[in-house]
Amino acid sequence: MKRSTILVVVARFLIPLIMLFALYVQFHGEYSPGGGFQAGVLFAAAWILFVFIYGLETGLRVIPTRVIYALASLGVLLYAFIGLLGVVMGGRFLDFYPLLESPHAAQQAGIILVEFGVGVTVATVVMLIFLMFAQRRAMTDAAERSE
Amino acid sequence: MLFAIYSLTIAALFAVLDAGDVALTEAAVGAGISTILILAVLALVPRHEKRAFGHNIPALIVVLITGAALVYASFDLPIFGDPNNPVHTQVGQYYTQNTYGDMGVPNMVAAVLASYRSIDTMGEAVVILTAGIGVFALLSAPVRRRRESATDRTSDKDSAT
Repeated sequence: MKRSTILVVVARFLIPLIMLFALYVQFHGEYSPGGGFQAGVLFAAAWILFVFIYGLETGLRVIPTRVIYALASLGVLLYAFIGLLGVVMGGRFLDFYPLLESPHAAQQAGIILVEFGVGVTVATVVMLIFLMFAQRRAMTDAAERSE
Repeated sequence: MLFAIYSLTIAALFAVLDAGDVALTEAAVGAGISTILILAVLALVPRHEKRAFGHNIPALIVVLITGAALVYASFDLPIFGDPNNPVHTQVGQYYTQNTYGDMGVPNMVAAVLASYRSIDTMGEAVVILTAGIGVFALLSAPVRRRRESATDRTSDKDSAT
């Protein structure tokens, strides 16, 4: 993409704000609207904007493909692990009450951790889908050029 | 473009209706991500549509039957806004009355999503991961095998010029 000064300046200003808002939505999920899913999508949108401005290679230097694969699975695993932790601590699957002494604190901790898992998975899967489409374009171009 | 405008309007409507969670999702996913993904797909496909001749009668019949069945089923829906609807009389009441006492969490949506209905949400996370794996499996196959589409594209270019 041709470097447009307006785009670069505005994006530099916006990307940290979007990421900060995503983190706010993520970790403030039990008080205000939003949660893991919304936060994940917002975070991924910030990364996609970054890729639009600086190119896919720079975007992949920020978060390599392997990290995307790993985090996508780890988010779901974190969710299941919290669920199993409830079983180990003497409750049922995905029962948050045994996690901590105070029942309210236990529920809040469980909700935050579980939502964090959802957020990580959603963010990385959206990045992955976008990355796949972008790389596919490069692959078809390369195949056409070699023909 | 139209989809994005539509999603943004719907998101504004949700915000007006005090459904902040849905509004946030609609604005981020509907207006943002899906527009980007549609653009990414448009960059992949050939520029000209392949014209299909004739009509597909069986497909028309299937669509008509499905549509008729859906319209017929809609007569059984509860009356809009009726206080005796199942949505108002079943678990919803329990959630509105007891969520704060059970969880100490002011956002009822988060409490229902992550704690009361936690296994559903875990299933959703798995579905999202599966969708990512599916796209990965479809789009990381080598390009060279798809000779036909490549020749299509060149013939499209020829006909265009």
